Amino acid sequence: MFAPVYLDHNATTPVSERVLAAMLPYFSERYGNASSRHEYGRAARRAIDEARQRVAHAVGAHPTEVIFTSGGSEANNLFLKGAAAALKPGVIAISAIEHPCVRNPARALARDGWRVREIAVDAACRIASADFHDLLQERPALVSVMYANNETGAIQPIAALAADAVRGGAWFHTDAVQALGKVPLDFRALNAAGVHAMTLSAHKIGGPKGAGALIIDKRVELAPLIDGGGHERGLRSGTENVPAIVGFGVACEEAVAGLSAAREHLMRLRRLLEEGLTALGATIFAAAAERLPNTVYFSLAGLDGETLVAKLDRAGFAVASGAACSAANPEPSHVLLAMGVAPAIARGAVRVSLGRQNTAEDVAGFLRALSSTVSQLHSLASASQTLAVRI
Amino acid sequence: MLKLPIYLDYSATTPVDPRVAEKMIPYLTEKFGNPASRSHAFGWEAEKAVEEAREQVAALVNCDPKEIIWTSGATESNNLALKGAAHFYAATKGKHILTVATEHKAVLDTVKELERQGFEATYLLPQENGLITVEQFKQALRKDTVIASVMAVNNEIGVIQPIAELGEICRDNGTIFHVDAAQATGKMPIDLAKLKVDLMSFSAHKTYGPKGIGALFVRRKPRVRLEPQMHGGGHERGLRSGTLATHQIVGMGEAFRIAREEMASENERIRRLRDKLRKGIMDIEETYINGDIEHRVPHNLNVSFNFVEGESLIMALKDIAVSSGSACTSASLEPSYVLRALGRSDELAHSSIRFTLGRFTTEEEIDFTIKLLHEKIGKLRELSPLWEMHLEGIDLSTVQWAAH
Repeated sequence: MFAPVYLDHNATTPVSERVLAAMLPYFSERYGNASSRHEYGRAARRAIDEARQRVAHAVGAHPTEVIFTSGGSEANNLFLKGAAAALKPGVIAISAIEHPCVRNPARALARDGWRVREIAVDAACRIASADFHDLLQERPALVSVMYANNETGAIQPIAALAADAVRGGAWFHTDAVQALGKVPLDFRALNAAGVHAMTLSAHKIGGPKGAGALIIDKRVELAPLIDGGGHERGLRSGTENVPAIVGFGVACEEAVAGLSAAREHLMRLRRLLEEGLTALGATIFAAAAERLPNTVYFSLAGLDGETLVAKLDRAGFAVASGAACSAANPEPSHVLLAMGVAPAIARGAVRVSLGRQNTAEDVAGFLRALSSTVSQLHSLASASQTLAVRI
Repeated sequence: MLKLPIYLDYSATTPVDPRVAEKMIPYLTEKFGNPASRSHAFGWEAEKAVEEAREQVAALVNCDPKEIIWTSGATESNNLALKGAAHFYAATKGKHILTVATEHKAVLDTVKELERQGFEATYLLPQENGLITVEQFKQALRKDTVIASVMAVNNEIGVIQPIAELGEICRDNGTIFHVDAAQATGKMPIDLAKLKVDLMSFSAHKTYGPKGIGALFVRRKPRVRLEPQMHGGGHERGLRSGTLATHQIVGMGEAFRIAREEMASENERIRRLRDKLRKGIMDIEETYINGDIEHRVPHNLNVSFNFVEGESLIMALKDIAVSSGSACTSASLEPSYVLRALGRSDELAHSSIRFTLGRFTTEEEIDFTIKLLHEKIGKLRELSPLWEMHLEGIDLSTVQWAAH
């Protein structure tokens, strides 16, 4: 049977066996509504409490700091709009490389009188500290900088950035969706440095789609995004998605338990991959930055990313040409443009994001497929050039 | 052997039908792609499943699949509908909202939030039977009523509001009409080709689908516009961003497919069991049905047992899983606001039990429940001084209680 190799783990991941096994009883047996007071309801409530502890434990937070949401996008929306609603409109600063689910809520706030400022990054996708400090002069009330970028994998020095931002009195948020399970996260330490809120998602770490969380310092006054019933301390109403929350809890536990071994494994694969790519003449984006161990974002001169990933898919390798969420958008990646990459090169971008299950053989196979695709495309290109000359 | 406690709380949530669970599982494991991934087969496979499910949901309510927007549940759908339409049309239509005092908290709390933001709201009080009248609705509707929201089926008493008539009135008035149909799917036919409803909220987990997924119907002809409430990657035509939870969506689709195919025969069976329960309970003295019994979904029975204290009733009935008031507010000891709106006294509201039957309810379970109620109500009343006074012919409403 033809089984394609999945190399797009920053888009989503399969649910692990343990996660699935933990979720299953909550569909058709322990199906109670956690707000019900009878045994079915209480069993659901216990399961949610336990999951809350697991999530909190995985990121060094207190269970009461965990607000469950339907996913990372909702958690980001909840923080930005929720915190903004409790403040007088002022300056909101976000990095230029944020995910659309931070960028677009920030832009929506502009209609309420907020002034949105973007923090520039350097050519290696790192926050440009001079620009950041200039921006802090404007005394932003809200700052959001992602922990690790979904496209390049570049990791920001969040604790240091937050420490600077809070001196001006800002609430500091970080979208840690891509960092969870790939680098250690310690909300207590981050919080001590000045981070007030952090977004997590289940489906990027072997958990199910449909669950995420906002980890929040309770000093931050937050207005809910979704009203009705007062679930999650009134911050997120709606019947709790018990199986997904249970799965999220177990996924967090797994993600953290195997973290250092996984990091080593992924770093080794990433090295193999980057050696092969360099040999093919690829440009690796953000190569100078500290990056997630699983993410390689590259471009091959003269080749279109869309074409390349389509060919690779046919050869049995699933990779991305940009972030999945904006894949419908033919514009070159806003992340690469923010890094100052020329649009022509940005259009060639391909993202490989490895998972713990991937092997050295997967990487070698991918490099072989890429190499033959590249020579195929090059010979096509030179053939059409020759043709053009003859005509 | 009966498995205790017997689940009679299908309006709080339903088990996922095993057929539904079976269809969902592959989308957690081998078919796990992100439906937004456009560059590989994993993504296309997930996207295809999402679109199939959209067709299945649309088929149950007879609308165009393009009119279905996925959300995380009916609460989010209600928020998106009300806030989204109120904000979009406030400038052109006005800032008045019309709703009913017995709506679900997801509507009431959202309208309250809109009031805080400067909208004005009217909450209609239903008649004693839980229904609002077309006349009363018409009178309350104003030129500047931007949106009206009336639930199809009440979650506590199961009464069916005259949605078709209300829709006509709203259309004539240029008012957006929203209907919370979380409790209606699979319980009564819904035909959006005929109904003049602009926005309708759905939930999967009340109809044997999974929790964490719902939908909002957004009419295309005439076109209804909304301000999105969740911004991001532009999923769901920009109306609701966030990675689509494929397995949950597949589950909702399958659950709605089953509902469409089986609701006629299933509701017949459930109605028979409900009527048996009702007859069996009504043998008990001083027992009152809450809500109209004719305009009502077949699986709901809401009963007040006079002269029985609510909390002790729940304790005594631990062998059946029922609810007193709606699940979402039952954490509070306040009497049900729905029953209060019907004019029930605090005492009767406190002593109410909602029985909601479902797909897996058996006749044996109903027989057991009837027997249990006779036994327990009898015992509780034996201990009740109020019941004793009642038997002695004292009219309790005239008694002056001394404060201590």
